[in-house]
Amino acid sequence: MSQPSSPLATSATGSFTPELFAAHLASVAHLPAWWLDRKRAAWDRFTALPLPKRTDESWRFATLTGLKLDGYTLPPAVTPAELGHAPIGIATAGKLVFANNRLVAAEPISAELAQQGVIFETLQNALLKHGDLVKAHLLAQPPKQGSEKFSALHTALLADGAFVYLPKGVELALPLAVFHYAAGPGAAVFPHTLVIAEEGAKATVVDFFRSADAGAHFACGRNDLYASHSAQLTYVAAQTWSRESLSFQSNSTVARRDARVLALNLHLGGRQSRHESHSQLQAPGAHSEMLALTVAHGTQEFDQRTLQIHQAPHTSSNLLYKNALLASAKTIFSGLIVVDPDAQKTDAYQSNRNLMLSDDAEANSLPGLEIQANDVRCTHGATSSRIDAEQEFYLQARGIPKADADELLTFGFFEEVLSKLDHAPLHDALIDLIKIKFNPPV
Amino acid sequence: MSQLEIKDLHVSIGDKSIVKGLSLTVRSGEVHAIMGPNGTGKSTLAKAIAGHPSYTITSGDVLLDGKSVLPMQPDERARAGLFLAFQYPSEIPGVSIANFLRAAIQARLGEGEELDATGYYKRLYSKMDLLQIDRKFTSRAINDGFSGGEKKRCEILQMAMLEPKFALMDETDSGLDIDALRIVADGVNALRSTNLGVLMITHYQRLLGYIVPDHVHVMWDGRIVKSGDKSLALELEAKGYDWVKNELIPA
Repeated sequence: MSQPSSPLATSATGSFTPELFAAHLASVAHLPAWWLDRKRAAWDRFTALPLPKRTDESWRFATLTGLKLDGYTLPPAVTPAELGHAPIGIATAGKLVFANNRLVAAEPISAELAQQGVIFETLQNALLKHGDLVKAHLLAQPPKQGSEKFSALHTALLADGAFVYLPKGVELALPLAVFHYAAGPGAAVFPHTLVIAEEGAKATVVDFFRSADAGAHFACGRNDLYASHSAQLTYVAAQTWSRESLSFQSNSTVARRDARVLALNLHLGGRQSRHESHSQLQAPGAHSEMLALTVAHGTQEFDQRTLQIHQAPHTSSNLLYKNALLASAKTIFSGLIVVDPDAQKTDAYQSNRNLMLSDDAEANSLPGLEIQANDVRCTHGATSSRIDAEQEFYLQARGIPKADADELLTFGFFEEVLSKLDHAPLHDALIDLIKIKFNPPV
Repeated sequence: MSQLEIKDLHVSIGDKSIVKGLSLTVRSGEVHAIMGPNGTGKSTLAKAIAGHPSYTITSGDVLLDGKSVLPMQPDERARAGLFLAFQYPSEIPGVSIANFLRAAIQARLGEGEELDATGYYKRLYSKMDLLQIDRKFTSRAINDGFSGGEKKRCEILQMAMLEPKFALMDETDSGLDIDALRIVADGVNALRSTNLGVLMITHYQRLLGYIVPDHVHVMWDGRIVKSGDKSLALELEAKGYDWVKNELIPA
């Protein structure tokens, strides 16, 4: 397929004009000067960087014509009623609902948790009240996987998001939930969730990325997860943007000594979705569990790039990305394990498994290793397979119709990932979202 | 009273003819054993009747209560009352036995009819007790990491829950130690009733000591070459398959 070679085909900044940026900057003028400076610098980077080109290895296989930035706008405020906000049916320790880059509803954490020092509030409030903490961690890890331009755009236009701070030793029994909505035609949103877990803290944070309508939305989000010594963080994201949406999401995980971070990204929505995940294992004993499930239907494209960087000895990471492809959908998985020279005894695993439910679908896999230490255990692999005929016959031989048998087998395929979630209601909530994708309400 | 009629059945895999004109009638309440050496077409017969897509029925018919099952999909055959207990049951990671059995029972209900969950679990647990299966079993994935004995008990559990008219039991004794064999046989014996017909396929006489058949058939090269009562199994055990080859096969 040929890509437009002329820069005139689409401008490198599209709808994101200097006037739009100036208006945005004026709307956040009350925030700290260091942050506004960062935003200006990010804006300059965004405008200077080109859109991805065919020759960019980090965009290999991606449909570059789908990345045009035209037709979007910073959307006006909406009310929760206009969103048709649907609850998730799981008990939470607190909720924040953002729509069109603004907080529209919140269920704060309990007074007891607040007393223990837990902070769960907007990024704007955190910038004003906990500036140093935010400054140390917000967007502190530069992107390395190709989305530098979109990451810069995110920093420039990030208006608000979620801030989670877990003090030393605090454990949250229930998850914290954050909703990020895009509403209205051409709405551009810049979701952000920043989680800082101090020594020994333990919590689950869930991001829900949703469209309030079927419009063509633009989502350009990032998250920052920081797990200090022995912290245990579970992060789940459920992406159900509208079928016309274009999304970029870039996640950063930093795991310190003996910290364990599990991140599970469920990708269901969007026309074209790029997702980057970057885990840094910075001290001995650190572990990162990187999980993803994608159901690609119609002509959807999901492009996932991962980076597992082992920077210290005795660190481990385990990546399992599973895609189910229907119709003429397309997926891209490109993963890289990097082991620094002194990161001996690294144990890293990377696996991409594709279930082909259609002959017209296309799954691309680019697993990779870059090992500079000599005493490590690193394995990677990618497979694509169809529904197993013997398994299908086995289920049919019990009276289960073929279509139902295939659905059972597909959910069985997902279960290997979902079963790593140690939280039954969340596990079931994700299954329900996948079921809706397979059997949309009429 | 139901009847499963196999009429002059010919089955091929690809171009290779495996079952070469086999006829047999099983009625409710009867247990038939088909014995024969490896490669004689016993498993092919069972899988072809169940509708496995790799097997082609080139001629003949299989009638369930007078109606041919051959135009039916495997799941339709199962819902019509056939049950295949697999020699090598599939391992299906990620699909729990509880969900699987629910789906199988749900498939037998009418449009809009909902499964009675309380009644379902009550029945499931009583069948599991019968087969000495731990309750935790239901949350495990189908046959995933099961021992040989667990797999076979799982097959019998499914048979107990789905209450077929006819069970085709393919080498149910293979891979079982004597304790597991006894549990499986006790399970099958407990399910024996006037409503169930059984076609038991086995290489060895051993199983028939636990599940005593009403009729025994010796199969050789795709056909039944001798039929008799349970004493035929003992005779075969004593004389060996060479006896079949040398004395029962027309030169």
